[in-house]
Amino acid sequence: MTFLKVMVFSLAVLLAYTGFANIVPQVQGDPPVEEKIDAGSLDMAGMIALGGRLFRGKGTCTLCHNDLGRAPNLLKLDLARTFPARLADARYSGVAKGQKGAKAVESYIRESMLEPSKFVVSGFGKKGSNDTVSPMPKIDAPPVSLSKVEMNAIMAFLQDRAGFQPTVPLPSADEVPSAAAAPDTSQEEDGPAKTAVAAIEKFGCSACHDLEGSKADTGPKLAGIGKRMSKAQIFEAITNPNAQIAKGFEKDIMPQDFAEQMRVSELNLIIQYLKKLPGQP
Amino acid sequence: MAFRTSTSIIALCCLAILVLFPDLVFAAADAADKLLPAPKPGRLDYPVVAGISARTLVWGFAQMHLFLAAFVLAVPIFSIAMEYLGQLSGDERYDNMAHEFMKITMSAYSLTALFGGSLALALFLFYPHLMGYMMRVFRGQVLIYALLFLLESVTLYIYYYSWNALRYGNRKWYHMSIGLLLNTVGLTLMFIANDWATFMMSPAGVDPATGAVTGTVWEATRNHLWNPLNLHRFVANIAYGGAIVGGYAAYMFLSETDPKVKAHYDWMGYTSNFIAIAGFLPLPFAGYWLMAEIYAYSQQMGITAMGGILAWLFIIQAVLIGTIMLAANYYLWCGLMRTDRGADYAKYVKYIAFVIVCGFLVWVTPHSLILTTQEIRQLGGTHHKFLGPLGIMPAKNTAVNLMLVFTFLSFQMFYRSSRIPTVSWAKAGNMVIIALYIAGCANIVAAGIYGYLTPTVYKVGASVPQVISTLSIIIFSVIIDVFMLRGARTTKVHWGRMSERSQYALFVLPVAFTWLMGLMGYIRSSLRTHWHVYTIMRDNSPEAYIPTIGQAGNTITIITLSFMGVMVFVFWLSRLGETRQQDPGAQVQPAAVTPPRLHGQEAAQ
Repeated sequence: MTFLKVMVFSLAVLLAYTGFANIVPQVQGDPPVEEKIDAGSLDMAGMIALGGRLFRGKGTCTLCHNDLGRAPNLLKLDLARTFPARLADARYSGVAKGQKGAKAVESYIRESMLEPSKFVVSGFGKKGSNDTVSPMPKIDAPPVSLSKVEMNAIMAFLQDRAGFQPTVPLPSADEVPSAAAAPDTSQEEDGPAKTAVAAIEKFGCSACHDLEGSKADTGPKLAGIGKRMSKAQIFEAITNPNAQIAKGFEKDIMPQDFAEQMRVSELNLIIQYLKKLPGQP
Repeated sequence: MAFRTSTSIIALCCLAILVLFPDLVFAAADAADKLLPAPKPGRLDYPVVAGISARTLVWGFAQMHLFLAAFVLAVPIFSIAMEYLGQLSGDERYDNMAHEFMKITMSAYSLTALFGGSLALALFLFYPHLMGYMMRVFRGQVLIYALLFLLESVTLYIYYYSWNALRYGNRKWYHMSIGLLLNTVGLTLMFIANDWATFMMSPAGVDPATGAVTGTVWEATRNHLWNPLNLHRFVANIAYGGAIVGGYAAYMFLSETDPKVKAHYDWMGYTSNFIAIAGFLPLPFAGYWLMAEIYAYSQQMGITAMGGILAWLFIIQAVLIGTIMLAANYYLWCGLMRTDRGADYAKYVKYIAFVIVCGFLVWVTPHSLILTTQEIRQLGGTHHKFLGPLGIMPAKNTAVNLMLVFTFLSFQMFYRSSRIPTVSWAKAGNMVIIALYIAGCANIVAAGIYGYLTPTVYKVGASVPQVISTLSIIIFSVIIDVFMLRGARTTKVHWGRMSERSQYALFVLPVAFTWLMGLMGYIRSSLRTHWHVYTIMRDNSPEAYIPTIGQAGNTITIITLSFMGVMVFVFWLSRLGETRQQDPGAQVQPAAVTPPRLHGQEAAQ
């Protein structure tokens, strides 16, 4: 009888653990999937979009380039000012030293990906290295192993975000036998939203803001927001919500990672939607 | 003297192996190996045998081998410590308990080898390319491993069978020397197996671009994560061994009716729980070191563990550790009824329970949740306004350190409940201890708040003063107690005066520890993501994905149940050896089971 009681008790403890493991969110970690692309039909807009997907997906850049402070958050920084500032940094002595413009930015990004320790932004070096050794892996080597075309796509994506016309070449047919871009399926199962309303639903904006008739009041009312804020200000309000807080509301309520979650196209859809939103400011 | 002789013999043996066969460790790779890259098996290169899931089978064998090996390696450590304590105190109960457990280890040892062999066969069958590559990297070390296994068997048998022949006086020291040799060989075996596992996570001694073997075996052995894992597993084994012995003692306590035998198993349960928790207290710190080294080796790998898809596992880990803490403390609080002065201390239990439960709740608070739109609306955002900060590491570090401090306090209360200090400075000493607790806890909380306010990269650094505070409270309290309670007036400890319910707390420990070890094994393996050898040899098998937490949990439960079944068999086997069939012609009614020898028990009471 003692044996039976002990076994039943132990089994109950085990089942409790098992049950808990089964009720937490379930995510399967799949290896990166190689996605063949058609070099003939890929234009620069497609290249930029591919770069964005690689940045969040196979490139695993957002693992560190986020808000947590392990690497500069390239999705939130004003890259139009950041890149020139890096090139002008007194500590920088790389290939683009003393140069300006889109081509210099391309050289700088390429160098950062292939030789991350060549220039480490102040405060982001390995512990104890006095910012001389970068914790970033070489992007063309395992475990990331991006191809030349994939690196070009990321450069195009970052140049575009900085407001430059991308200077990287479009891939030729023989360069892309297996150019890859694994969409980050763990966060985005249904692909990018096609309409502003779908994007608003996807990111749960109406849960806090009075949008699409939700009457929610956790966040500020957005009626007529286009009349009092520019597109750039709306962009900042979404990607860096703590930068300016509306009167009567608090910091940290709005998610800080929309810049990582949203695709450029989705962000643009929402900005255009808000810009045209009727109502009195 | 005997210890020194034994150490010298071990050192000479190691030296002899290295002098006679230096190439086993120090020879550079052959010229051919330096040109030969790591294999790149395609999906069709992985054998399919009768539709068996290769990964699940290997997982099962590996985990069973690891559970049993942890037990088989832990008990001799536990055993020699008990022998030493027995020698120091003159209390034979320690010796009897150690002997009883070595007997169980004998049965478990062969099963460990059986699962180890099955694991090796399964690996060679299902992952021939990987194993071929590993053999190329570790070459002669595999032979040293085999030789050490032989030496482990010999020393284990001699240690067990010479127990009574070398029981007293100087002979006891010779026996403990054999035990020391056994533990040295056992730990070396574990360290070798660890270097294979950590090489797969942080390869060294190979060309990073091609995987060609360029270095010596020693270079591959001392890879980046080897020592942190060695320390973590060594400490964890001690805690695990204590927990399993505690579960056995609890079962025997519940099964027996003879008060003397019950008293023996109650004492065994208390001592085992003490060892389990003593081993458990430094475990989070060993874990911090391991995780810090993982971050140092590869920031990506570290983030995958703590901030990626494995992050939720640490919430489950928190639940497991929380239940271990609660169970161990509950057992200790129940133990206060064994002493006449226990009631004086029982009034503090509710405060300790409050801290432990609060710590547990903080630890299980997740940072971010997957929410529906409706839930976001109700919550007022994706992070809870007040509970959000409790989800990040500074709060969890604060919680675990306070839980450890208050668990130690539970031990200290029980220890003091049977001792009344007689030194003149007792009051001042107590005041110093109270001040130590208050200052230490204040520092832990303050460092936690600082950690919350500081950027992520400094958050781990903020945990260092917390750890130092916890260790300071424990170490200085023990030192003060040792001097203050020297010559103290002792009161009787009524071993056996324990509720049946308290024994179930002792069952929680081995069950939770076993499941926790399975979970940690899953995390460690998953950190390699889709690589057999991280960044060197990619896993292209059909099962090269990280299973969901639910799938992993189900598999770990099945393996844990199998292990529990094996342990029940091992315990039953050891009892069977003591059972003697009744002589059909005899008139007497002999007992079915011989009760354990209880020499010295009365003296201790």
